[in-house]
Amino acid sequence: MTTDAAKTTDTERSGLPDGSVGSGFAAPVAVGGRAVAAADATGPAGADPRPPGREERGAAASVARRPRRPARPGGSAGSDGGDRRPLSSRRWFRIVGGALIPLALLAAWQVVSTTGAVPVSQLPSPEMVWLAAVDLAERGLLGLYIAISTQRVFIGFAFGALFGLLAGAVVGLSRLGDVLFSPTLGAVRAVPSLAWVPLLILWFGIGEDSKVILISIGAFFPVYTIVAASLRHVDRRLLEAGRAFGLRGATLFATVQLPAVVPSVIAALRLALAQAWLFLVAAELIASSMGLGFLLSDSGNTGRIDRIFLAIILLAVLGKLSDALVGLLERWAVRRWA
Amino acid sequence: MTPAPAAPAGAATAAPAAPVALRGVGRAFTAPDGGTRDVLRDVDLDVDAGEIVAILGPSGCGKSTLLRIVAGLDHPTAGEVAIDDDAVRPYDVRCAVGFQEPRLLPWRSIERNVALGLPRGTGRRDGRAQVARLLELVGLAEFAGHRPHEVSGGMAQRASLARALARNPEVLLLDEPFGALDALTRLKMQDLLLDVHSAEPTTVLLVTHDVDEALQLADRIVLLGADGDAPGAGVRQTVVVPGHRPRDRGSAELAELRGRLLDGLGIDRHGAARGIQATTTIPHYPY
Repeated sequence: MTTDAAKTTDTERSGLPDGSVGSGFAAPVAVGGRAVAAADATGPAGADPRPPGREERGAAASVARRPRRPARPGGSAGSDGGDRRPLSSRRWFRIVGGALIPLALLAAWQVVSTTGAVPVSQLPSPEMVWLAAVDLAERGLLGLYIAISTQRVFIGFAFGALFGLLAGAVVGLSRLGDVLFSPTLGAVRAVPSLAWVPLLILWFGIGEDSKVILISIGAFFPVYTIVAASLRHVDRRLLEAGRAFGLRGATLFATVQLPAVVPSVIAALRLALAQAWLFLVAAELIASSMGLGFLLSDSGNTGRIDRIFLAIILLAVLGKLSDALVGLLERWAVRRWA
Repeated sequence: MTPAPAAPAGAATAAPAAPVALRGVGRAFTAPDGGTRDVLRDVDLDVDAGEIVAILGPSGCGKSTLLRIVAGLDHPTAGEVAIDDDAVRPYDVRCAVGFQEPRLLPWRSIERNVALGLPRGTGRRDGRAQVARLLELVGLAEFAGHRPHEVSGGMAQRASLARALARNPEVLLLDEPFGALDALTRLKMQDLLLDVHSAEPTTVLLVTHDVDEALQLADRIVLLGADGDAPGAGVRQTVVVPGHRPRDRGSAELAELRGRLLDGLGIDRHGAARGIQATTTIPHYPY
């Protein structure tokens, strides 16, 4: 490597008009890939037995990489494929790899429906589902259904998560709160979600309120359970250290307990969001006049299997998208707090 | 915390070191079977202001409990502890504790962890200057922005020491602070502690199970242990360490003292007791 570099520098000196070329090791870095490549084109006239193409690529790559290093002081970040990280942790590989199975499923679906192996009444073709989507969209229903369902999920999720955080904090932080509330909340948690539906409809009617409340119940329990447990299990030694340095009450909470549970709180939110979509369908299946759950039950009653497929696919895509949003938050939080 | 007009920025107005007095201190824990188990019994100890006292004792004899009682992290079931003739309160502000593990908050930088030790009501600018000075003192100025998991165990322990010093304590309580470090790092940390003590001569109560560490650092060594079959540990022996710090690690006088202390800890010294001359010189290579 040393002799190579020296040789390259020599040829640069003689073969290039560029006066800025310095001497020694730093020269290729300062000049950049272009100059090295040019120098290498004149290189093979010398005593280098290796094929010029390979040499050029190697040199250019190392030159291109080196100046970027100082720009990343941490050295741990960086997601492009230019470094030596294993294939499985590169971003493009993850995206392509994650899309492989859905694409394969789509292809298999297409093949099965065009060969007629399964009757269309059992398995509509992808085209039929697409046309059903276009049809609903033209009538202005698709956007409406998606919008109303998403709205219900997010409002219900917001309320459920908020109350879950509060209840989790009370039960996780105070011994008295634990004694008073956790048996009751545990019993309420044990009630299956659908059992609430008749009661909520009787109390709140079949409007938005009953649905949002049902979704809130669904989002509440993962957050409550995880927040209470993780607050209870904050490292006692850190707590003692915090107290020994004069922290107590709200400042102890803000300085030690809250940061310690941030990653698990966000994991809880992620779980709660998935649960919210689950409860959305439960709410809409039973009593509603719009939304994706309504689309499901209505299509089931009228035998529109293409729309059933459409609704299921939409639920999958929407659930995954909202999960990815919280996933981004989670990644940030783990970097910041863990 | 009024800024003295002549003082340069960051120069701490060091709190005066305070004497510690323990009178008949006892601590009993409730055993799983409902009874009580005495850990400490009738501990009497006076520590002068600015003195370094090492508490030495076998594992599980209540050394850490004693330290925690002085810090106000635990309470005695008998007797009383006073700092400067004033009873110790829970989480006493006059004390700062250096724990066996660094116990740094993993999501905070070293700098912000040290700042955690600053007394309440320290101004932002004063606090920052104080933290910078302490990081300089323990040799961590370059690593101020690092997270605890990004530095070595010894560096984390130094940060922990800096955090304790940031509290500007009248009494510094160190609970086997170097116990988890490798042997060489431990020696360096001992020297660092001596530097720190000469820069800020506070009262230091140091719990250790390392006889050499006690001999190297302390003015006096208190040997804690059970007396015969009676439950609970008390002060068995108090040894004044001769000479001034820093002491020669190879001194023959200290070696003799080490032998006696080990004997007090119930360790066979394998030497004179078995008729082997203690004064044999080690031959030089080649023999």
